[in-house]
Amino acid sequence: MATTEHKHPNYMAIFWYLAILTVVEIAVIYMPFGKFTIGVLLCALALGKAALVAMYFMHLKFETRTLGMVAITPLLIATLLVFVLLPDGFAVMKRTVGVKAATTEPAKH
Amino acid sequence: MSQAAAMHGAVEPAESPLTPESWGKLGMWIFLAGDAVGFGTLLAGYGAMRATSADWPSPYEVLGINLTALMTFLLICSSVTMVKALEWLGKGDKIRAQKFLFYTALGGAIFVSLQAYEWTHLIHRGLHINGNPWGASLFGTSFFLVTGFHGLHVTGGVLYLLSILRVVAKRPQPAASYNAVEIAGLYWHFVDLVWIMVFTFMYLL
Repeated sequence: MATTEHKHPNYMAIFWYLAILTVVEIAVIYMPFGKFTIGVLLCALALGKAALVAMYFMHLKFETRTLGMVAITPLLIATLLVFVLLPDGFAVMKRTVGVKAATTEPAKH
Repeated sequence: MSQAAAMHGAVEPAESPLTPESWGKLGMWIFLAGDAVGFGTLLAGYGAMRATSADWPSPYEVLGINLTALMTFLLICSSVTMVKALEWLGKGDKIRAQKFLFYTALGGAIFVSLQAYEWTHLIHRGLHINGNPWGASLFGTSFFLVTGFHGLHVTGGVLYLLSILRVVAKRPQPAASYNAVEIAGLYWHFVDLVWIMVFTFMYLL
């Protein structure tokens, strides 16, 4: 059996990137940004961390392109699912917008 | 190459087209892709429930993120010990590889213990699967469902790692267990990757 070994990347560097990104994530939620900006930033940071784990720890960077496509498919399906669920979400939001304002107002003091 | 694989060479390709090292690796990737769809569905469903809820509590105020941040860090560390185990095995150092595999399993076990502690704490404060004092009942339902599903993966991963540790210990040649460790590593890093997503979407966002 031919054991083709991968070139091992600098794992400690990846570890530090992941640790720093985690600290940045926690810092972001205390930033004086809008909810939307924080959401976008957190999603981007999480995807960045996930990409680092997949590319270097799971060695996807050193595999064939087709295997990368196998790996990325679930993300595409999940993203698609979000868009499929969005219309219903907006419809309910429109109906409950009054309720939402009423329930969240007293909490903010 | 095994004799069986050589015999079947005429009817099916002897080498996996995507992962020439082993079929097992391709199998694990396909399993993980399927599992990822499962987690993706859970998280997308969580997002939909939250977006349509009128009184969804603020997760980081209810759940607290200090302990969870520590758990995230722990899982990242265990991913590093996992790649280190593979690296040492590749260099032919069986003893160091076994040591790092053990650290990885230990990290996973501590993670599950911390999660059990967190759950107990939250249940005492009133977060239940069918209701909570802060708002939408589905908040508790989805929290226990998603973190529980992930916790089961970690528990399974710890058992998997311990069995692979036995494989490494039993085989005299370090190279003979390289594939098994690499495949186990794929699973373990996947569990770490999913936690990165869960931590972001269920705790921080």
